[in-house]
Amino acid sequence: MAEAGDVERTPQATTGPPADERVVGVGPVARVLQRPEIGALAGALAVFALFTSTATTFATLDGAAVWLDVAANFGIMAVPVALLMIGGEFDLSAGVMVGSTGLVLGLLVTELDLNVWPAIALTLLFGAAIGLTNGVMVIWTGLPSFIVTLGTFFILQGVNLGVTTVITGTVRVADIDLGDGFESASKLFASTFWAPHNFTVAVVWWLALTAVGTWLLTRTRFGNWIYAAGGNAVAARSVGVPVAFTKIALFTMTSTTAALLGVMTALTLRSVQAGQGIGNEFRYIIAAVVGGCLLTGGYGSVIGASVGALIMGMAEIGIPFSGWNSDWRFLFLGIILVLAVLLNTTIRRRAEEARRR
Amino acid sequence: MSAHGAAALFEVRSVSKYFGNVIALEDVSATVRAGEVTCILGDNGAGKSTLIKILAGVYRPDEGSVLLDGEEVRFSSPREARARGIATVYQDLAMAPLMSIWRNFFLGSEPTKGWGPLRRFDVAFAKKTAREQLRHLGIDVRDPDQPVGTLSGGERQAVAIARAIYFGARVLILDEPTSALGVRQAGVVLRYIVQARDRGVGVIFITHNPHHAFPVGDHFVLLNRGRVLGDHRKGEITRDDLVREMAGGAELDELTHELEELRRGE
Repeated sequence: MAEAGDVERTPQATTGPPADERVVGVGPVARVLQRPEIGALAGALAVFALFTSTATTFATLDGAAVWLDVAANFGIMAVPVALLMIGGEFDLSAGVMVGSTGLVLGLLVTELDLNVWPAIALTLLFGAAIGLTNGVMVIWTGLPSFIVTLGTFFILQGVNLGVTTVITGTVRVADIDLGDGFESASKLFASTFWAPHNFTVAVVWWLALTAVGTWLLTRTRFGNWIYAAGGNAVAARSVGVPVAFTKIALFTMTSTTAALLGVMTALTLRSVQAGQGIGNEFRYIIAAVVGGCLLTGGYGSVIGASVGALIMGMAEIGIPFSGWNSDWRFLFLGIILVLAVLLNTTIRRRAEEARRR
Repeated sequence: MSAHGAAALFEVRSVSKYFGNVIALEDVSATVRAGEVTCILGDNGAGKSTLIKILAGVYRPDEGSVLLDGEEVRFSSPREARARGIATVYQDLAMAPLMSIWRNFFLGSEPTKGWGPLRRFDVAFAKKTAREQLRHLGIDVRDPDQPVGTLSGGERQAVAIARAIYFGARVLILDEPTSALGVRQAGVVLRYIVQARDRGVGVIFITHNPHHAFPVGDHFVLLNRGRVLGDHRKGEITRDDLVREMAGGAELDELTHELEELRRGE
């Protein structure tokens, strides 16, 4: 990529009027290579090619329905996690929150005999409240969100286990499908389409959220604030960007989306384990990083994060489809993460090189 | 002081600022007219930063007054000063390096189109305007999508200056815009200052470098230890005198003398 950049460099001194500045011309090829999601797209193609060659069922519609469902379950969360990361913050409680909200829905339906629809509304409110708390805590204490949300992570993990055990006597909430309104709610959150391949509706949610997230980031004022809050919060504040509001809103969006996924998971599985979702927070972050988000904030792409989720979905399914031991997927995850970080660091260095000139 | 004409656009008159028992500024006056450049010169600790903050509305003076269009004003915040047309470009430039030129240009004041949930950032307008405004300053950005971090120091100053002018600055306060730059880049920024002046903006150029101030300034206010050491109009002072006065005048003579003594002693 460095070579491509060098070819595009045409010192302007010979042509343009302000001969004292070296303006670097940027051709269409270099511009495409500078997009944050380009590495993830190349990676996705490579992974797809790999598993197509190792597993005969991988590139079929039936196979795609399986790995797209897994990808969707990562991708739905990768969208808000990427936005949050571009805004300069982390949410380590994003994984456990899916379990917490699923349990809340399950308990509302099974213990309080609530209709599923109002239970969903309450669950989403509960999710929003957790994210609001995360955001307010981060802004108010000035502590790194890594620490604040790590606290939330453990608190929720403890509550999930403790409350579930006290109320149900087991570590799971079951029989959610016995609640009123389950059938109609399942149509929206947990159904499949295109028989006999049976793509899950989660895939549609994922694509819709990716589109909305991309629009929000690249085409709204709020999106500009997200970039600035992560890129240079002091500067953003000095020109009137409501940085605190932006970050709190991002935390709230993350947890509300986690609640959405919690609802979908609970309705799909019809029961929720107390440990549901734990460990996935890092997968969401990996998807965002593979998709081009910088860990330091201020740069990234929602589409990239979704492509990152796609890579992970393909790997999760492609490895067992190929007849390999599923444990290898961790090795795979680690390798693509390291490769992505190396690539992103190069991009960032190039974008900032002028500062050290 | 002869500089306080009726046509002054922005003026501080005999301002003082104390922090506890530290005198940061005492009896300092300076003025800028539309289409003129007033240079505030001073070494480290001379009180330049305090003066900028008074001009920008961050501090209020303990004594003396700030006048805009000849009327006394008391800014409650930098935001209010900005709303009245006083733009301050600090050294950090208030930009996010990884964001594109057009995103930085409109940061905090994004133009929108559409209504309700479809209200959106008018990207085409932002790109076009950022490019046009930079062209007015004589800088041709071929690609407004370029991250600001890839621009040279001088170009980044230009983006900050163009942004301030576009958002209605009548007075442009530049805090050491040339200090972190090489000779060539500093020259480029001086040209932007002249261009802003030619567009009718009153420029307050804060610097510790008399060589940068001399070619562009219409007034030179020298600060030393919080007081005005000298106030000169263009043509009343030579570059050498400005450098000498800036470097401490009599003190420098004394130093030169001492150094010569030392050399004779060897």
